[in-house]
Amino acid sequence: MQFFFEVLIGGLLAGVMYSLVALGFVLIFKASGVFNFAQGAMVLFAALTFVSLEERGLPRWAALAATLLVMLLLAVAIERIVLRPLVNQPPISLFMATIGLTFCIEGMAQGVWGSVVKGLDLGIPDTPFEVKGVLISQFDLVAALTAGLLVAGLALFFQVTRTGRALRAVADDHQAALSVGIPLRHIWGVVWAVAGAVALVAGLLWGARLGVQFALSVIALKALPVMFLGGLTSIAGAIVGGLIVGASEKLAEVYIGPALGGGIENWFPYVLVLLFLLVRPEGLFGEKRIDRV
Amino acid sequence: MVTVPRQRVGDVLLRLEGVSLSFGGVRALSQVSFQVREREICAIIGPNGAGKSSLLNIINGVYHPSSGTVSFAGVVRRAMRPQQAAASGIARTFQNIALFKGMSVLDNIMTGRNLKMHSPLLWQALYWGPAEREEIAHRRKVEEIIDFLQIEHIRKTPVGRLPYGLQKRVELARALAAEPRLLLLDEPMAGMNVEEKQDMCRFILDVNDELGVTVVLIEHDMAVVMDIADRVVVLDYGRKIADGAPDEVRRNPEVIAAYLGVATEADRRAVQGEGG
Amino acid sequence: MIYREAGQFRTSYRADQRIFPIVQDRAVVAGTLLVAFGVIPLFAPEYLITALLIQWLILSLATLGLNILTGYAGQFSLGTGGFMAVGAFAAYAFQLRAPSIPLLGAFALAGLCAAAVGVVFGLPSLRIRGLYLAVATLASQFFIEWLLTRVGWFTNYSASGVISAQKMVIAGVPIDTPVRRYLLVLSIVAVLALAAKNLVRSRTGRAWMAVRDMDVAAGVIGIPLLGTKLSAFAVSSFYCGVAGALWAFAFLGTVEPQAFDLDRSFLVLTMVIIGGAGSVLGSFLGAAFIVIFPIFLNQILRGLFGDALRPGLLPNIELFVFGSLIIFFLIVEPHGLARLWQIAKEKLRLWPFPH
Repeated sequence: MQFFFEVLIGGLLAGVMYSLVALGFVLIFKASGVFNFAQGAMVLFAALTFVSLEERGLPRWAALAATLLVMLLLAVAIERIVLRPLVNQPPISLFMATIGLTFCIEGMAQGVWGSVVKGLDLGIPDTPFEVKGVLISQFDLVAALTAGLLVAGLALFFQVTRTGRALRAVADDHQAALSVGIPLRHIWGVVWAVAGAVALVAGLLWGARLGVQFALSVIALKALPVMFLGGLTSIAGAIVGGLIVGASEKLAEVYIGPALGGGIENWFPYVLVLLFLLVRPEGLFGEKRIDRV
Repeated sequence: MVTVPRQRVGDVLLRLEGVSLSFGGVRALSQVSFQVREREICAIIGPNGAGKSSLLNIINGVYHPSSGTVSFAGVVRRAMRPQQAAASGIARTFQNIALFKGMSVLDNIMTGRNLKMHSPLLWQALYWGPAEREEIAHRRKVEEIIDFLQIEHIRKTPVGRLPYGLQKRVELARALAAEPRLLLLDEPMAGMNVEEKQDMCRFILDVNDELGVTVVLIEHDMAVVMDIADRVVVLDYGRKIADGAPDEVRRNPEVIAAYLGVATEADRRAVQGEGG
Repeated sequence: MIYREAGQFRTSYRADQRIFPIVQDRAVVAGTLLVAFGVIPLFAPEYLITALLIQWLILSLATLGLNILTGYAGQFSLGTGGFMAVGAFAAYAFQLRAPSIPLLGAFALAGLCAAAVGVVFGLPSLRIRGLYLAVATLASQFFIEWLLTRVGWFTNYSASGVISAQKMVIAGVPIDTPVRRYLLVLSIVAVLALAAKNLVRSRTGRAWMAVRDMDVAAGVIGIPLLGTKLSAFAVSSFYCGVAGALWAFAFLGTVEPQAFDLDRSFLVLTMVIIGGAGSVLGSFLGAAFIVIFPIFLNQILRGLFGDALRPGLLPNIELFVFGSLIIFFLIVEPHGLARLWQIAKEKLRLWPFPH
């Protein structure tokens, strides 16, 4: 029983980390209607930049600030070069553009900083501590708390502030938002910058866990079922979805895996979400699409 | 204007009895009953939000009535899927043109023949023998419709590039391609200028006259309704408030109040005086 | 002047519905086929054949498959690699356990297996639409990869998971030289490309495009949504399956799941985008571009920088330029190379007049 809880909690905490990546996706989708496939690449890029700057002698805080600046510049560049010319194209075009963007960012990240695996030490001890006989990783807990704070802050921002409202308008209808006077370009720049910051946090946490390497961008693929489960436009959905996917993935691997030869975590989350979508095609908290003819 | 009674009208083809429709808390239609005879042209009019499109959607199975029945060609039904409606001879056009923008005019109209084409996949891949013959036979039929609606010059043009008026005509062609018994037209003349409207009126009359198709259309232009409709059904807030020949309906005070509008007391007396 | 249609009148629907109604087009196609079947096998250097042409043809076939599903029927799919893998492994299994079935039969059966798998993973498409469908195809991709690696029956219990494809033999003639492999692949691809072109200009193709453009309206006018979507999945997966089998047997020589991973799916999707979604010709153009491009880029960079480049930088530059090209195409010509080709032809029609 104790083992079960360990696996469960480990899964939940991993799930929160997935949520963090999914959050970046949801932000951009919620605010601009674009499904940013390049989020994973942005995570990798952020982590690599930070670690490489530190390697070159920059003190920690300077490296962090510099990386944040770089992500901001990246966001502006993306908005100008990729998004602006594609305003009001069908969403599938924008999605494919983000696929192209993924290649660009990956190529840039590894081209500039190299593709050697780097370690990242955030100074958070990884010694597990015990709660009622169940071992919990301290690192995972800190990561979960950070993610939680970030999510709460962002959810509040969207609901309460004027900019948040503008963002939601933009996600609904680009042209309508433009005609109401919402400065689309600035808004998009802001959103992508925020997503970049989220990517940085995710990159740091995941990088500390796995080491900073190309596999980081593959984590983004894991975030996809999280998002579809939660609903593409829901921040709460990203959390809940992450928890469910994280927990079920670990539990399935431990309890069902051995019977099937192991390695089922590669596909289990996808099949799970697929089955769920059959019942509820818009995800847990997503908006139902009504097609009028 | 004088309406010559048309002898060609036949038996009841479509009958709605006590049809009601609700969405959540909103009552779209309340107890609507009327009937349409074969080869009639029936216009449905009323202010915006009166439930006209919903009525059309019920007739061809897109919405299911919360209560009441619809019977078509003698068959009573509560719930029917749009594909079944299409198969039983009901075709329609849409308020916001629902053409397939990526295809040419010819291809769009050919999709209207889809239900009548049956050759299996493998033969289509060979495009030989029965598949080719079927393709050509249906092309021939479609070309008749293209002739009828005078759109030969644009048959290979991608639909997305056509002006609005022509797109509407192509949509009509696609509906006709299914050789329907009942044609539902949702605001077929919206957004057209006078000339285009005249053309469309002529086409609808021709469709009714030469092809013997029963037409139910939603229309806002009263001149058009007076000109071509045999009968008019008036909806307001989901209820039917009038049903009869165009001249009768035009003088009905409830209809005037709800929809046609009266500017002054003198006007109302003038209208009543004409009828009385 | 050369490309004028004036004076060419079609006097029957049959003539009007030909794939190439214009004489000049027919001449060009005939010439191309002549070169492909006659000239190249005799005169082309072996490097060209093995490194480029065979690869291009097989990838074109896979791109055609994905194009049918995503470009014509509008069903987004990231599972191309998985369906190719099914084809490869099925062909291997048939050759291994039922060697009496002739090679082409084994390929056809492999395609049918892939089609069956495609239909199963296509079933969700009735409930799930648009980008959400990506989850279904990702599920298929990862599940198939896992299944083919873990379940020993597929790899004939090989320890390394990598198995050699059997030698190809047709009617007693071994297909072992590059020229013979090229002719085999060319024939299969030509036949299937023709079949695809026929399908998309028939009832099925129109139904696919109707579902892509406005599926609600398509349903209302009587087009069976589930049947149409499933036929798209089936035909598309058939093509990808045959492509996978050819990839293993005629190109790689081995049957391995890694050759059909998610990267492969993305590669084929890129070919669809660059070549032009919803175009048979575009499939070939897109595949050609992607096959030639790295070689081209390599030559340019090497010419510019010599050997001064840090090793490992080149593939990243390639990746970057690759991604930029995708974005560039989407901005400038979202309908891909096929549309550029069409525009060129239209200009050629008017030449030497500007309009």
